[in-house]
Amino acid sequence: MSEQPATQSDLPRTKPRYSATFTPEVNSEIRRAAATGIYDIRGAGAKRKLPHFDDLLFLGASMSRYPLEGYRERCDTDVVLGDRHASKPLHLDIPITIAGMSFGSLSGQAKESLGRGASAAGTSTTTGDGGMTDEEREHSDKLVYQYLPSRYGMNPDDLRRAEAIEVVVGQGAKPGGGGMLLGQKISERVAGMRTLPAGIDQRSACRHPDWTGPDDLEIKILELREITGWEKPIYVKVGGARPYFDTTLAIKAGADVVVLDGMQGGTAATQDVFIEHVGQPTLACIRPAVRALQDLGVHRKVQLILSGGIRSGADVAKAMALGADAVSIGTAALIAIGDNDPRWEEDYQALGTTADAYDDWHEGNDPAGITTQDPELASRLDPVEGGRRLRNFLKVMTLEAQTIARACGKNHLRNLEPEDLCALTIEAAAMAKVPLAGTDWIPGLNPDGW
Amino acid sequence: MPTLDLQAHGLRSVNAVLQTAAADSVADGDYEIVNPLGSHAIAVGLNGPLSVTVKGSTGYYCAGMNKEADITVEGSVGPGVAENMMSGSVTVTGNASQYAGATAHGGLLDIKGNASSRCGISMKGIDIVVHGNIGHMSAFMAQAGRLVVLGDAGDALGDSLYEARIYVRGTVASLGADCVEKEMRPEHIEELTELLKRADADADPAEFTRYGSARSLYHFDVDNAGAY
Repeated sequence: MSEQPATQSDLPRTKPRYSATFTPEVNSEIRRAAATGIYDIRGAGAKRKLPHFDDLLFLGASMSRYPLEGYRERCDTDVVLGDRHASKPLHLDIPITIAGMSFGSLSGQAKESLGRGASAAGTSTTTGDGGMTDEEREHSDKLVYQYLPSRYGMNPDDLRRAEAIEVVVGQGAKPGGGGMLLGQKISERVAGMRTLPAGIDQRSACRHPDWTGPDDLEIKILELREITGWEKPIYVKVGGARPYFDTTLAIKAGADVVVLDGMQGGTAATQDVFIEHVGQPTLACIRPAVRALQDLGVHRKVQLILSGGIRSGADVAKAMALGADAVSIGTAALIAIGDNDPRWEEDYQALGTTADAYDDWHEGNDPAGITTQDPELASRLDPVEGGRRLRNFLKVMTLEAQTIARACGKNHLRNLEPEDLCALTIEAAAMAKVPLAGTDWIPGLNPDGW
Repeated sequence: MPTLDLQAHGLRSVNAVLQTAAADSVADGDYEIVNPLGSHAIAVGLNGPLSVTVKGSTGYYCAGMNKEADITVEGSVGPGVAENMMSGSVTVTGNASQYAGATAHGGLLDIKGNASSRCGISMKGIDIVVHGNIGHMSAFMAQAGRLVVLGDAGDALGDSLYEARIYVRGTVASLGADCVEKEMRPEHIEELTELLKRADADADPAEFTRYGSARSLYHFDVDNAGAY
């Protein structure tokens, strides 16, 4: 008996196959761009998978290394920042600082929370692109005043009442890019502080208006020191672009502290294409910067603060083992005070997103009351509670870093060293200049040890 | 008149004397700085009423962040004179280099000669009067204040301008993005007359043209993408 030919619907079919190049996400972005005529703008840092501190492990102590008692022996955490030239350097209890984030991008309650939490933990917080508010000054024991290309709100009185000055050349989320704050968040108060018409889309300058290179910056730093009586440490913040040369030139220009921000570092608002496609991962930035410091003989004399995706005490310990003097956190601090909290899931869903994925910080509709200027939403954040949560988080990070340091036999976090680490991937080994786990191989190492 | 010799005393010492005198209002007369030798950051951060005359030319950032003091430079100045000035006045008898009055919030910057490129860049409320010409990209992203030019202006004047007002008597090589010529109404003639008077400028306000922002770049519009 011959088989009946199968009908068309009975024939096996090739399963629908998504393109690895034109993924549903890529296609949706093409459609969105075609419909709206504007690039995608969002907050936060790079979301793509990048080599990071998770690709490193501490070796710990054993026969050849002597650990410290985890609960009894001291492991100190303090750090002094800016004692190269400043007569009043910053003394911090912990090597974890709060990164620059503006009032404007953040609500007043969020800025107050950051100040309260940082102060309770014995560390510093930082202003942002928009000037210093009285609220953050009042609630921050140690406040770093950013000196940005826009110079919004810049004035000599605030310069003098800060504990340190941070000249911002760039940031990891957008090296080579300027600030952005869209009209929804330019309230009357924000506009007044920035001398801008309320409600406009503010796109601030990417270059400083009155200096163009390291030779000029050296003179600019001289001016800032003269205005403030040579008291304040001067930081220079750079995005993770060319960390060896950027660090070298910052030191040459007279920086007391170099702040180096990798591409996982967050932003209040920037083009997605910028965030995901410009800059280097934090892990790739640190060793060239440390090499620059060592080549110039100023490692540990000019301090290095690393930022961009720092989330835990393990990240702190790894950054310090690789040569940083301290780290800075932004996104993690916002999460600690309530950003992207699942308690607001219903509101996130209404915005077309979900908790832990919400990044439309530029729109000003943050259900958690953090990245908004809407008084009603902002009132959802209790600054006292926010401060308590940030303090707790900073304390936990510190305890975690101490736990690791003691296990490595170190009585101070700054005594951690690259020799305490190995890498899980070839990429991380090459970037961090530590051996691939189970080998003594450091890919790409030059004869000079770098 | 107290005289401070910059070469003999050094920058820090001279600035400290001036800053203390300004802040504490203990000035015993007008201060005079001699032998500036083109040094940078002279008379910066003065924070109170004080009269200072610099006898000679200066380097970068002279009178930076001035507040309330009246500073005269008898010579020319390097880049960034009176940068971020808050109030008071700065007078330059000669020429000014780049970024004169950059980001300044208030006060009067009176340049008797010419000013180079980016004069008044990101100005935030200062009044600048230039008796000669100004260079290219002046008043770039200027937010507030008035820029008066008795001579000519270089290319890309007022690019990405916000709410600052620009008055030019001579020619303008080209206007920057979103900067347009605007009508001189009576209130502008009145405003300009007052500014010219404050700067001892002998010029007829009627000879000036006013420029300001078209405000078409205040909100993103894909049809304006070609302007960038």
